[in-house]
Amino acid sequence: MEHIDFALVNWSRAQFALTAMVHWLFVPLTLGLAFILAFMETMYYKTRDPEWKTITKFWMKLFGINFAIGVATGIILEFEFGTNWSNYSWFVGDIFGAPLAIEGIMAFFLESTFIAVMFFGWNKVSPRFHLIATWLTAVGANLSALWILVANAWMQNPQGMRFNPDTARNEMVNFWDVLLSETAANKFIHTTTSGFVLASVFVIGISAWFLLKKRHQLLARRSMIVAGTFGVIASVILIGSGDTSSRELSRIQPMKFAAMEAHLDGGSDVPLIAIGVLGPNTSQPITPDTQEDMIFKIEVPALLSLMTHGDRTTYIPGIKDLLYGNKAQGVMPAVEKIKLGYEAQQTLRAYKDAQQAGDTLQALQLRSRFEDPAWMQSTFKYFGYGAYYDENPEVLKQNITRLVPNISMTFYAFHIMVGLGFWFLMLFALVLWFIYRQQIDRTRWLLWAAVWTIPLAYLASESGWVVAEVGRQPWVIQDLMSTMTAVSHIDTTSVMITFWLFAITFAALVTAEIRIMLKQIKNGPNDGGH
Amino acid sequence: MFETLSHLTLQQYWWFLISLLGGLLVFLMFVQGGQTLFFTLSKTRDERTMLINALGRKWEFTFTTLVTFGGAFFASFPLFYSTSFGGAYWVWMIILFAFVVQAVSYEFRSRPNNLLGGRTYEVFLFINGLIGTLFIGTAVATFFTGSPFIVTDMNHSKWQAATHGLELALNVHNLTLGLTVFFLARTLGLLYFINSIDSHELIDRCRRHLWYNAVPFVVLFLTFVTWLMLREGFAVHPTTKEVTMEAFKYFNNLLAMPVVLVVFLGGVLAVLYGIGTGLLSRKTSGIWYAGVGTVLTVVALFLIAGLNHTSFYPSTVDLQSSLTIENASSSHFTLTAMSYVSLFIPVVLGYIWITWRSINRNKIDSKEIHSDDVHVY
Repeated sequence: MEHIDFALVNWSRAQFALTAMVHWLFVPLTLGLAFILAFMETMYYKTRDPEWKTITKFWMKLFGINFAIGVATGIILEFEFGTNWSNYSWFVGDIFGAPLAIEGIMAFFLESTFIAVMFFGWNKVSPRFHLIATWLTAVGANLSALWILVANAWMQNPQGMRFNPDTARNEMVNFWDVLLSETAANKFIHTTTSGFVLASVFVIGISAWFLLKKRHQLLARRSMIVAGTFGVIASVILIGSGDTSSRELSRIQPMKFAAMEAHLDGGSDVPLIAIGVLGPNTSQPITPDTQEDMIFKIEVPALLSLMTHGDRTTYIPGIKDLLYGNKAQGVMPAVEKIKLGYEAQQTLRAYKDAQQAGDTLQALQLRSRFEDPAWMQSTFKYFGYGAYYDENPEVLKQNITRLVPNISMTFYAFHIMVGLGFWFLMLFALVLWFIYRQQIDRTRWLLWAAVWTIPLAYLASESGWVVAEVGRQPWVIQDLMSTMTAVSHIDTTSVMITFWLFAITFAALVTAEIRIMLKQIKNGPNDGGH
Repeated sequence: MFETLSHLTLQQYWWFLISLLGGLLVFLMFVQGGQTLFFTLSKTRDERTMLINALGRKWEFTFTTLVTFGGAFFASFPLFYSTSFGGAYWVWMIILFAFVVQAVSYEFRSRPNNLLGGRTYEVFLFINGLIGTLFIGTAVATFFTGSPFIVTDMNHSKWQAATHGLELALNVHNLTLGLTVFFLARTLGLLYFINSIDSHELIDRCRRHLWYNAVPFVVLFLTFVTWLMLREGFAVHPTTKEVTMEAFKYFNNLLAMPVVLVVFLGGVLAVLYGIGTGLLSRKTSGIWYAGVGTVLTVVALFLIAGLNHTSFYPSTVDLQSSLTIENASSSHFTLTAMSYVSLFIPVVLGYIWITWRSINRNKIDSKEIHSDDVHVY
């Protein structure tokens, strides 16, 4: 590992994280608001009530402002796979590239073509065509999400591929395994519904502000009904898919799962931490002697065991078990995985050397291992761990501790996301209840709560990605490629410069976006009309 | 249906699709070209708003084509993606920045409270038009001139110049193509304005400026093509796959593939005819001839860069590291799966055509940009 330039890895990660998080400030609103617009315009189409048109156009204006900057940050992410993660691009490009291309061909064009009709077509196309365009924009936006999430899910749970030693990369052998994996399904449902929830919070919050200011009250109430209903349904699916995701995580990414709960020592009857504050031990390298360290916590007994396996007696490995092994429970220690991974990497090296030397017999013999399913399953499976190998046992020991993600970030992000998720559901239910009772205008505490929930929705949404992406470290592709080996060979200074250029650009554009958005909200539906 | 095709056939098919996307992208860069002209062309604020709105309805097509071009290249020739993007880091970053500032500028420009002021966003659009065309042209020229990289036996690539791609922009041949694309984009931009705006004075000005841009374009294009036909190219031995330099390689490629030669000549003539229509007649259809011509010409140039045993992304420091459509491509399986997806491309082009017509049915005039019922940038 001595050849790894960690400064380069960290700056590259920082740049990708920055871009992804700024991108994700805008995407969820697009995903959800697109459908809300489609519902509203459908109401207009059915009733021909001009108020519905005003409502649709008002939210469409905000949609447009938000959309542009989402597009701007999206293109960077696509290019960054190549510019900053060049080795990654080759190692898995055969699988990962396909969804990106399909996204472009099948989704982006749909979205961007019909968005133009949505904005410029009011008087140019028939109301029916316009409505279809609005629906197609919503479908296109969510289809875009589908393909990139399939790609992401594949990184977390790689399947449907085979390693080819001749090209030194993974190659796709089953498209449907990639597309229809359980991880992909969970991720798509969880992520898109989170966007629906965020958009519903956004619409309800702004409508609440109008009600507080006693402006555009019909628009506000109608918007709240649409968004509240959409929000309740989306929330229920969101929470349900969160539950199935975590169950699946416990199998495919046990380390992430343990980090989410800061669960150090394995056991059965594991409680779920509802709220907790971590002590300093969890930010140190985890050794066999590290003790559980919670300054404060409120737990629900046995719930984690129950939720993951439906049975309180099932054993859930902790971080220490995953690092140092637990024979009784059949958990393999990381050091063994590292040795197996190293063996796999050396076999590939030897194969290449034999080829180079013209030793056909030796080459064929080595190659046959990659064709042997038993060896692939027992040894190659840990290919990525090989990067942590060192002949010096002391260094190797230190390297093992690098296999743990940042526990506090994963833990807090997870708890913020889950806690807020339940609050959003409650908010939607309350709003609908008070509208039904015709008391919403007078329930000022709820209206203010709705306004202040807008930033919380963004916080929850970003936290979700922190759990997913920080929690799966140190892997870019689970067990097969570590983040540090995926990086492009560029000088750190270049990446530092581009990081700051991006940071400054984003800061300016995001500030501009928020200012424009606030101004448009303040002006309400009567300004400009477009 | 695609399963039965050989790997090489699929590689050629995907190289053709990449070429087609490249051609469409260069045509759609009329948006970028137009963005470098609205300061020069407009005398009043209304005129500038008309010009910007004429482009504002189309910029997303260019943007999306660029994104799809990137995605398709990644999916079909991932070794190019990892080698070029990770190596010529600065070239791609500069292109990226140029497109990032574009995406927000249309929407933010005329909005109140937009932090930087409308003028700044107009300058962003200008920068996008200048840098975007110049650097994409320069980057594509390296398909013929080569770049300094090596690829290891594990297919990891290492760029051999510390300037990470900036050195490519100092190569005169690369720059020639960069400038060619820049003036072509401006020419197409003018032809597009002539086609889509209803204002006599403005259109007259467009026709005058067509001279100033079409002439440099033609001169630069001929310079580039002459040099290309005369230079040696990166040939791949059909059986040993060894890469060697071959005199008049690209000229030979044209002769060896007569269909490509016809496409190339037809494309060039169509572009010239489109320009001629704009310069010498009152017709407004020049953009269509020049547009189709551009697509054909670019497709032909891409095809002679990659087909007929040619390295499409050659290495100047280690010839044997050069990328070909065979050694840089995805697996047979992936190309097959992707080929099924490619069947959607005609559908996409179909609905783009329908919506384009429905939006452009009426030309933009000063009345429309003051209308309350249309989204105005």
